Amino acid sequence: MSDEKKKNLPPEAQQYQDFQTKREVKRPLLKNCLKAFLVGGFICFIGQIITTFYIYNFNFTEQTAGNPTVATLIFITMLLTGFGLYDRIGQFAGAGSAVPVTGFGNAVIASAIEYRTEGFILGVGGNMLKLAGPVIVYGVFSAFVIAIIKTILVQWGGF
Amino acid sequence: MIFFWAFVVGGLICVIGQIMFDVFKLSPAHTLTILVVSGAILDGLGLYEPLIDFAGAGATVPITSFGNSLVHGAMQEAEKHGLIGVVTGMFEVTSSGISSAIIFGVIGALLFKPKG
Repeated sequence: MSDEKKKNLPPEAQQYQDFQTKREVKRPLLKNCLKAFLVGGFICFIGQIITTFYIYNFNFTEQTAGNPTVATLIFITMLLTGFGLYDRIGQFAGAGSAVPVTGFGNAVIASAIEYRTEGFILGVGGNMLKLAGPVIVYGVFSAFVIAIIKTILVQWGGF
Repeated sequence: MIFFWAFVVGGLICVIGQIMFDVFKLSPAHTLTILVVSGAILDGLGLYEPLIDFAGAGATVPITSFGNSLVHGAMQEAEKHGLIGVVTGMFEVTSSGISSAIIFGVIGALLFKPKG
């Protein structure tokens, strides 16, 4: 908690804040990073196997094979999420399972399954992108800004 | 050899995410948003394509590739149609990630029941 906010609190609350920060369990950074590295690397390794498969069998290039790879990985994620295995991997791996597209897929699919009880239109349809929404929104917006700047530079700046 | 680099580069991007979780105490949504935006910026600077050539799936599987392909689609269309292409081409390349997530999300909701 920032000092600004702390000043407005009564003394008991301040004491409690200090007590809380002291008692907070230190996150084992190195161990977490190692786990994230291994699991994240392993997911990308599987992705590379799928990519190689698409390049040799379906005439994709190194640049375009990313798309079918992503789709295949998200399909695998659907199965893992449905059987409740992805959560367990996530607890172990932290960012290692959240950062690859499988984490994005898991966020979408898990909310879809969870809100099923509220009906298919308002439940599944309305809440599916609840967790993944920010990624799409700011991905699209930043891509828009960057592409506009680049186009202007290329077309009128003569770069 | 590309299998090795896919593992290492993909793993390192996940470590960056883990550091944002643990050191900067960001929520997963914040972390992923920052990674997507930085992927878009890297492609804007022309750095992401060489990374894909170097690391293959190590660069296309992490969520950063999402920002990269959004910019990529927009730029491809912009070369043909000028500024309006930025809007129309945005999802040209990215569509597979979003559409497959939505399609498999609905299929998943049909197949599986929520637990707990």
